[in-house]
Amino acid sequence: MSTNAQSVSHGFPMPVSPRMPARGTKLGPVSVDQLDRELSTRVSKVGLSDICLSYRSQSGERLLALDNINLQVRAGEFVCVVGPSGCGKSTLLHLIAGLHAQTSGQVLIDGTPVQGPGTDRILIFQEHGLFPWLTVAQNVEFGMKMKGLPKAEREEKMRYYLRLVHLAKFEKSYIHQLSGGMRQRVAIARALATEPDVLLMDEPFAALDAQTRDLLHDELERIWSETGRTIIFVTHNVREAVRLGDRVVLLTFRPGRVKSEFPVSLPRPRSLEDPEVALAARDVLDELREEINRSLEAEYKEGTKPHIDPGVQA
Amino acid sequence: MKRAGRYILFYAALLGLWTLLAKLKIWPPYLFPTPWGVGESLYAGFQDHTYWIAIRVSMQRVLIGYGISVVLGMILGLGVASNKFLEETMGGLLVSLQSLPSICWWPLALLWFGLNQNAILFVVVMGSLLSVTLAMEDGRKQMPKIFGQAGRNLGAKGFKLFWYVLLPASLPFIVSGLKQGWAFAWRSLITAEMLYLSLGLGQVLMMGRDLNDMSAVMAVMILIIALGYIVDGIVFKSMERHLQNKWGLTPA
Repeated sequence: MSTNAQSVSHGFPMPVSPRMPARGTKLGPVSVDQLDRELSTRVSKVGLSDICLSYRSQSGERLLALDNINLQVRAGEFVCVVGPSGCGKSTLLHLIAGLHAQTSGQVLIDGTPVQGPGTDRILIFQEHGLFPWLTVAQNVEFGMKMKGLPKAEREEKMRYYLRLVHLAKFEKSYIHQLSGGMRQRVAIARALATEPDVLLMDEPFAALDAQTRDLLHDELERIWSETGRTIIFVTHNVREAVRLGDRVVLLTFRPGRVKSEFPVSLPRPRSLEDPEVALAARDVLDELREEINRSLEAEYKEGTKPHIDPGVQA
Repeated sequence: MKRAGRYILFYAALLGLWTLLAKLKIWPPYLFPTPWGVGESLYAGFQDHTYWIAIRVSMQRVLIGYGISVVLGMILGLGVASNKFLEETMGGLLVSLQSLPSICWWPLALLWFGLNQNAILFVVVMGSLLSVTLAMEDGRKQMPKIFGQAGRNLGAKGFKLFWYVLLPASLPFIVSGLKQGWAFAWRSLITAEMLYLSLGLGQVLMMGRDLNDMSAVMAVMILIIALGYIVDGIVFKSMERHLQNKWGLTPA
């Protein structure tokens, strides 16, 4: 999977329909019918079809958290999902990871419905996802150990992935001895070590300081281009989404719906400070602002912070 | 060093008071022995191997009984914590059972198992099982959910999930319960041993009483205290310290 560093198109990203054909699809003079057929036979890496999730609130009423989400993610694509807090974007990742079940609709991986967790999709949490009772090395080896890989192979891969995130020297450290940025790099190494096709990242850099985050953006972009994984990255930071993603998907506030999608075809490697990134982010932000306002309104009305499924969000 | 000084001062004062009371002969010497009388008894007991045998027998029993409680307690505790129905029904039963002194199981144990070692083990298990169960249940609830999610996400399920994720993740929360379970197991064992010719420390204690040998009684009491304290201070303290180092928790 290339990083598309050569495709230098500076067009402003425009909202497009969720059914927009994947980049690289030949857009010759084809009939809509033909295009439709091509799209349906072409199996995407991750397919969300008509995902709905409702839950019962403490007062007993049924609340809709996710409403009819449709999203197709190509193999090797880097998709960022943004939305106001409480839009259910983290919940969406948990559904893809198979840690929770949707009320209706399907999560498809290579066309096969997801049934529970699987090591083909690894979720990276915002924080605390690492096991504090294990060393860095044991954390990275954990998934492979569960799979039953022999020790020699595990160690070899563990070293490879720790080198990939520049933490080779910290094999024997415990998690609490590392800084926040190092911890997230361990989490990335641990996720990659199970060799998943899809990396699901739930605001992984939200708790880090700006400098560390910049560094990790660069590292993630490099790792993504070296390993060719499919990444679905959830964030509330639009600039971050535009800086990282091939595509930015905007969700609405409660219930979460796909409001619009913005393809980002800026050249890589990018930087948060690039004026093109800032410009593209402004477009997304304009639309996001409406949703943020709705979420703030709801917050004032309820007098509480919007809160979706405490078991998932926390 | 100041602390060590205070310890020495306190125990010296205690021994002094004891000696003084013994010397005053308010009570006859066979009811109130001097400290060195107790020391001599201790020495003699170790010399003729009575205490060594008693310690070995008692420790063996308490380890088996406690081991059974830990395994059963963890399974029960996890079960209760992970099932709403069990939590509502059995949870309450477990708490109420805790008010029953473990020796109350002795008559039942005698009828079920007969007058033998198994009856003693049963009392030990009943004494510590509830502490371990309740601690495990509590630990499972306090443990951050994210560990279980991360474990399942990385392909752990069933027994592997329990053994490699849920159990180590809840250890810092259950260590105090395990410690309490140990204390209960030790107490239950000595109580049960006192009721039955059993070779253990409890029986040696009762033997002192039967022989009207107060210094032997006090020597065995000191032994029981010392052994309980050593396990608590060495095994559990080092376990806590180990966990704190790994997790980066500050000592409480």
